[in-house]
Amino acid sequence: MTDISQSPTPMGGAAGQTKGGSLLTQNARTRKRNAAEMRFRGYGIAAIVVGLIMLLVLVTTIVSRGTGAFQQTFITLDVELLESKLDKKGNRDLDDIKKVTTFGYAPLIKGAMESTVDALGIETGLKSKELAGLLSKDAAAQLRAYVIENPDQIGQTVEFRFLAQSRVDGYLKGRVSRDSIENDKNISAGQLDLVDALVAAGVIEKTFNLDFIIGADASDQRPEAAGIGVSMMGSLFMMLVVLALALPIGVAASIYLEEFAPKNWLTDIIEVNISNLAAVPSIVFGILGLAVFINYMHLPMSAPLVGGLVLTLMTLPTIIISTRAALKAVPPSIRDAALGVGASKMQAVFHHVLPLAAPGILTGTIIGLAQALGETAPLLLIGMVGFIASNAPETIADGLLAPNSAMPAQIYEWAKRADPAFYERAWGGIIILLVFLVTMNTVAVILRRRFERRW
Amino acid sequence: MNDMSRLDKTVTNTTKISAKNVNVYYGDTHAIKDVNVEIEDNTVTAFIGPSGCGKSTFLRCLNRMNDTIDICRVTGEILLDGEDIYDKRVDPVQLRAKVGMVFQKPNPFPKSIYDNVAYGPRIHGLARNKADLDEIVEKSLRRGAIWDEVKDRLHAPGTGLSGGQQQRLCIARAVATEPEVLLMDEPCSALDPIATAQVEELIDELRASYSVVIVTHSMQQAARVSQKTAFFHLGNLVEFGNTGQIFTNPEDPRTESYITGRIG
Repeated sequence: MTDISQSPTPMGGAAGQTKGGSLLTQNARTRKRNAAEMRFRGYGIAAIVVGLIMLLVLVTTIVSRGTGAFQQTFITLDVELLESKLDKKGNRDLDDIKKVTTFGYAPLIKGAMESTVDALGIETGLKSKELAGLLSKDAAAQLRAYVIENPDQIGQTVEFRFLAQSRVDGYLKGRVSRDSIENDKNISAGQLDLVDALVAAGVIEKTFNLDFIIGADASDQRPEAAGIGVSMMGSLFMMLVVLALALPIGVAASIYLEEFAPKNWLTDIIEVNISNLAAVPSIVFGILGLAVFINYMHLPMSAPLVGGLVLTLMTLPTIIISTRAALKAVPPSIRDAALGVGASKMQAVFHHVLPLAAPGILTGTIIGLAQALGETAPLLLIGMVGFIASNAPETIADGLLAPNSAMPAQIYEWAKRADPAFYERAWGGIIILLVFLVTMNTVAVILRRRFERRW
Repeated sequence: MNDMSRLDKTVTNTTKISAKNVNVYYGDTHAIKDVNVEIEDNTVTAFIGPSGCGKSTFLRCLNRMNDTIDICRVTGEILLDGEDIYDKRVDPVQLRAKVGMVFQKPNPFPKSIYDNVAYGPRIHGLARNKADLDEIVEKSLRRGAIWDEVKDRLHAPGTGLSGGQQQRLCIARAVATEPEVLLMDEPCSALDPIATAQVEELIDELRASYSVVIVTHSMQQAARVSQKTAFFHLGNLVEFGNTGQIFTNPEDPRTESYITGRIG
């Protein structure tokens, strides 16, 4: 159009010059267009670079701050399980042994610390209470649990690996320094000297901490003992509820809307509302869950069942939208083919359309689940957050109904506690959560690749 | 060609489908206007006409495939063996088992060749056991003139066949349910000339067992395969009669214009 009008080449010009100008030189318009294209590519590359840098910063921060949580400082001690302290009657009656509280075990630990320090020939001016202060407050409980489990060991000397208290742990990880503890009542410079000596002697060492991954949360005083394992179970049970409810309801709703429902104003309204639901802030679902499931239906507070129901409401629109997209993507010729040989509408859908849409449905479901797994806000409102020191549930009913937390809620809980040792655990929890999410998304991609069919 | 000799034959058979005053509306659009036509058994009937003239729409009325379109409305009577297929008591699913259909684009299920053919008999319970089913599949594939090409790879996916083979597979799938009428909606428009020739030959063979109705854009094809031809124009059935007469001596000037290439 304009290209033509713009280039009125004089007839009979130089030899070799054709009507529209030579192809070997770019005309002004082409140069301008090429420049615009190059600029656009530049913007695109810049946008991707910015995104990659952000991602890199995020990942390095998470990894550098969180990996500490997977290691923990342990102190190995030989403890003499004195019969005079633990079983005064000497008849190994379990009820009597259970009467000894953790306070009763404290002297044993103090004695063990003293004898270890003496045996190594370390000179220290610390009192026995300060010596035992290197250990976690968890140590006495650990000892008591062992004795109750193995009463026959009373009177023997047994080797134990106790958790070191969080300041000692922080000192070994570089979080705590001699400057930072000036005003810290939990640890003194003298104790740190002893820690250095014990590390040199191999009594104190930093190793992989499985308990962080499988253990339960611990109280404010014992960050070194806190683990994400039980809240992981909470998340797992919630995901079971979400999967069991959202998948069948979502798929059934989408199939009906896409294949069977008449197209009229009512279905239009339903469609618009489903899309709107997908955009509703998750905390709204939380308050709905509080009002309906807990206040009205009187389901137990903090139970993964309630959390799962709330997350189901949240996940449903995602599943419905992706399922409908997957059904729409099945070519209509397949439906025609099935109807043409005399299949009923339902046979056509279930025998032909649904199997072809399955990869898309699965992908949508997994992405919906991953979304629900990372959701925190609604859980705050139904009480699935806070210090829940329960042990891992033993039965499925227990897992569904007993109070529990969820991984993101646990991370949130740790992040707001005062002790910086919890901060490290929050980052560690984020690593675990991300591992789950990345795994789920990878599975979604693999499923899509594997089962996708081409026509 | 020797095909031309067939044009002179006059065929008389019993009426299979008879349409009376059929009107079809898509919403406000009047797509088919007052069509009356008698389709005979053991005959190939061709519907020809320019694009958008309603021939495919009318074909889809014959097995109620238009039911799947919400805004489509059909009035009038279509009798299959004297029974109105639009009667309230008729289940379209049962009707479609009797009136099979082959579509414009080959559309095999993304399953094995065997399963493609076996699907119809399975859902209609035509086979009592595996041996029965094997027999039906073989018979249908033979009728579809594709048995020799696929007998060694019955469990390979049907979508892996060539376009012409896929279309013959679709025909085999359609005949597997033992229909009485076979509707074909431009079955060769996606095929090359060799595959077209194979399918046309097959259509001629199918005439022995079924009443075949074929919609086609190619007048040569209509002349080659059909005994009766109906010419549609703008939703009207302009002319219906023996193929030879339509192509050599049309009564209506519109038909003449179309077959001589002046409209369409």
